[in-house]
Amino acid sequence: MSARIGVVTFPGTLDDRDAARAVRIAGGEPVELWHGDDDIKGVDAVILPGGFSYGDYLRCGAISRFAPVMNSIIDGAKGGLPVLGICNGFQILVESHLLPGALMRNESRHFICRDQKLRIENADSMWTRDYFKNQEIVVPLKNGEGNYFADPATLDMLEGEGRVVARYLDVNPNGSARDIAGIRNERGNVVGLMPHPEHAVESLTGPTTEGLPFFTSVLTSLVSA
Amino acid sequence: MARVVVDVMLKPEILDPQGRAVQGALGRLGLSGVADVRQGKQFVIQVDGDLTGDRLALMHKLAEELLSNPVIENYSLTVEADA
Amino acid sequence: MTDTVSAAQANPDASQPFAELGLKPDEYERIREILGRRPTSSELAMYSVMWSEHCSYKSSKVHLRQFGEKAPKTDALLVGIGENAGVVDIGDGWAVTFKVESHNHPSYVEPYQGAATGVGGIVRDIISMGARPLAVMDPLRFGPLDAPDTRRVLPGIVSGIGGYGNCLGLPNIGGEVVFDATYLGNPLVNALCVGSMRHEDIHLASAKGIGNLVVLYGARTGGDGIGGVSVLASETFDADGPAKRPSVQVGDPFMEKLLIEATLEVLHAGLVEGIQDLGGAGISCATSELASNGDGGMNVWLDRVLLRDQTLSPEEILMSESQERMCAIVTPAKLDEFMALIKKWDVEAVVIGEVNASGRLTVDWHGEQIVDVPPRSVAHDGPVYERPYHRPSWQDSLQADTPDSLPRPTDGEQLRATLINLIGAPNLASKAWITDQYDRYVLGNTVLAQPEDAGMIRVDETTGRGVAISTDCNGRYAKLDPYNGAKLALAESYRNVSVAGAKPLAVTNCLNFGSPEDPEVMWQFSEACRGLADGCLELGVPVTGGNVSFYNQTGDTAILPTPVVGVLAVIDNVDKRTPMAWSAPGQIVYLLGDTRDEFAGSEWAHHVHGHLGGLPPVVDLQRERVLSEVLVAASLSGTIAAAHDISDGGIAITLTEMAMKSGIGVKASVPAGFDPFVFCFAESTGRAIAVVTAAHESVFIASCSTAGLPVTRLGETGGDAVEIVGQFSASITELRRSHEATIPAIFAN
Repeated sequence: MSARIGVVTFPGTLDDRDAARAVRIAGGEPVELWHGDDDIKGVDAVILPGGFSYGDYLRCGAISRFAPVMNSIIDGAKGGLPVLGICNGFQILVESHLLPGALMRNESRHFICRDQKLRIENADSMWTRDYFKNQEIVVPLKNGEGNYFADPATLDMLEGEGRVVARYLDVNPNGSARDIAGIRNERGNVVGLMPHPEHAVESLTGPTTEGLPFFTSVLTSLVSA
Repeated sequence: MARVVVDVMLKPEILDPQGRAVQGALGRLGLSGVADVRQGKQFVIQVDGDLTGDRLALMHKLAEELLSNPVIENYSLTVEADA
Repeated sequence: MTDTVSAAQANPDASQPFAELGLKPDEYERIREILGRRPTSSELAMYSVMWSEHCSYKSSKVHLRQFGEKAPKTDALLVGIGENAGVVDIGDGWAVTFKVESHNHPSYVEPYQGAATGVGGIVRDIISMGARPLAVMDPLRFGPLDAPDTRRVLPGIVSGIGGYGNCLGLPNIGGEVVFDATYLGNPLVNALCVGSMRHEDIHLASAKGIGNLVVLYGARTGGDGIGGVSVLASETFDADGPAKRPSVQVGDPFMEKLLIEATLEVLHAGLVEGIQDLGGAGISCATSELASNGDGGMNVWLDRVLLRDQTLSPEEILMSESQERMCAIVTPAKLDEFMALIKKWDVEAVVIGEVNASGRLTVDWHGEQIVDVPPRSVAHDGPVYERPYHRPSWQDSLQADTPDSLPRPTDGEQLRATLINLIGAPNLASKAWITDQYDRYVLGNTVLAQPEDAGMIRVDETTGRGVAISTDCNGRYAKLDPYNGAKLALAESYRNVSVAGAKPLAVTNCLNFGSPEDPEVMWQFSEACRGLADGCLELGVPVTGGNVSFYNQTGDTAILPTPVVGVLAVIDNVDKRTPMAWSAPGQIVYLLGDTRDEFAGSEWAHHVHGHLGGLPPVVDLQRERVLSEVLVAASLSGTIAAAHDISDGGIAITLTEMAMKSGIGVKASVPAGFDPFVFCFAESTGRAIAVVTAAHESVFIASCSTAGLPVTRLGETGGDAVEIVGQFSASITELRRSHEATIPAIFAN
């Protein structure tokens, strides 16, 4: 039986269908989760997809963080449930304090959509173990508020503990501190990522298929767990 | 030194989607009786010297034309003497 | 005090401000005739807004009829002109609906919100047909790139389109960005949306079934854009100071996203009998259209409308253009289920009326009747004008002023300089600074997006069935000859979907012109309509709908006539699509079609010489059809590796765009007997560059010969430069530098 991966829909979530498709292509079974329901249906892992939940009003992710489903996800994550937050999902994870730091408006002040080169810096998390360390990949990036910020001590801590999961190469598209594109928690079950690997799982619609290992990684992790 | 505080708010008749979203969240988080929420912006500007006469008029002009969008927003401006 | 029907009867001679509402004296008289009394102030508000140019098409109707009268016979059209949007059968039980609309004047007044609400409006048109929106495109036109007002409006418009569309979760897959001095003060913001549905899910705007309920849902009604439709869109805008600017509508893309999901859910659950979006003219439009398309009667309790601003008068509520609202007709038995699903999405809904057998549209306000009208008289039987038109006095001299005497490059070095100059010209330069602000990936079905010739979307993930769309118009050609200019716009759009490998099926349009009260502008308009209708008949693709925007002018100076044409095409399997750029060295490059010494209206004449005169390139729609058939067949059989339309700037620009996209150069020879300059930069139509691999070369050439399509071998891909043998070579790096610098130089930072 394939692993069941929950994909949460908040009001204003946009990339939920894409995340579910990526799970399917990776060989998992996507399970729809609803923001207003604290039942996460016994899923094996959770993806918080991209979008503009609650219109990104107030602050990105600030309102979604209080959705009933987040109570179960936060509890689960603390107990080791694999959670991947992509873009808006990453913003929700930092608003929920599952990951440190904050995501600010892009330095350019514009929304930016581009095919972005990344280096996978940590291939030990539950969402990156099908990559190899220092693997370079290209996946779409699209955000208006993806400028990762944390104080220097936190950044040093993240770097020191190998918790920077991916870093921007060639161009830093949004002004992120130390070119950070994604980070993980200490345990490696929670990963937040600003670029969109779910848009790079089919050669037909993506610039590459190099986003797929994020989704196969968690299946591998669940089997070996 | 003078300290200028410019508050910019959407005009009352203009829809404020952000305020609406925050209003909904306040209700869901247990605060009853939230009649309305309007979200605005505040600019705090330090200027050298006094802000009087032509400089104050210019500040008002900039508040109207730069800091706010007069098509949809109002501004209010206060000057505080600063240490 | 509220003006009621009984007050209107009791006090028939009260004077009314019809002129201020944009009604002419004879129009006002007609309203009195229809009603047999003076209208109430609410009725006057409804008629004024519904009889405005924007809603009634009163100046354009007599010309637009040709699109129906000359429509080619086709089985593809499931819903034709007149509904919110046309619906086209694309096979396997799938239907696609698409439409383009203008939001020109509001975007000039408040660029961000004007452009944002333009996207919102067109998306609601698509949802109200029962379709899931798949993608948007935005044909845009601005004044000169370096004009101060362009610096004001362009960034606002672009971020408005992105801000709304990105938040809504619709990929933006194409469009146009064109600069010309006539658009200064008159930017054109056209927005296109395409959606798909199963045949059985098609819904129409009609209020059928006596006793059924009228439900208004979505955002609350506020004082947005009151009178905006009739005032903003119908009268020439004169730029007063900030204080006098009219109130604008503010879009809430988050609400619109909820509205899409909630609407599709109630439609699929079978809870809706009829549906209509609220756009210009708000509740006036929705209720009168639903009633006149239905069983003929409706009563509305206007005081039940949920308000954002409690001080609004009934007239204002009827006219309000608050965004993100929809109106549905629901049977009483299904109301509870309908309301529950809407609420699931945190959307508010309220029953505001009931379908009845009265044959009248009546509106009550706190127990008093304030409207009692025949609904068709409001929605469909507005005034129709046969505006006078005549060929402009200057048309002959414009056509006589040919570009033949303009100095041309005479050697390789000058040709090279011309290419580097043109590839960085505002109209040909990279638009990445703009399009990178739009999400092209969301929903995961984008197969092709800008800068490809057409946007392509996968509709069915199982079979790979998909659609391609392109929008095009060269306003300079239309100025030189509006009849052929419209045909040329059609031809280019038709060609652009064909090079991608998709078969053209249907046409939409957005006709942007100056004032219809100017007989010379009206002539341009009538000629463009005639040309487009004739062209569609000749190509066998019907017009499914469209939009007209008049009064795009400053003083006496109208914009270039700009009939933007969108062509929708189907591809059985998107896997077979043809990309614009070659993929490897050693591929063979062919020119399809005939090249002539045609420079009138060209990008070269415009950018290098600031010249506009002569007759536009010859349009040969039979040739376009053959070209399309060859390209679509080659895509299907897999014999073509890449193809790119030749249009603005000519062959040299086309080859350069392909080289820049692929990162691989090309070495092409000027065919014998050709003047190198004409070969490089002429804008003859009916042409494309086709790229094949050696394995498929003979089959491809044979297919061209069989079809009678001229095919000329130009050379091969390879290297890192665009080389025209014996003339010049320009490195891709150098070409990109010119191409990519122009727009950011003005707007970045």
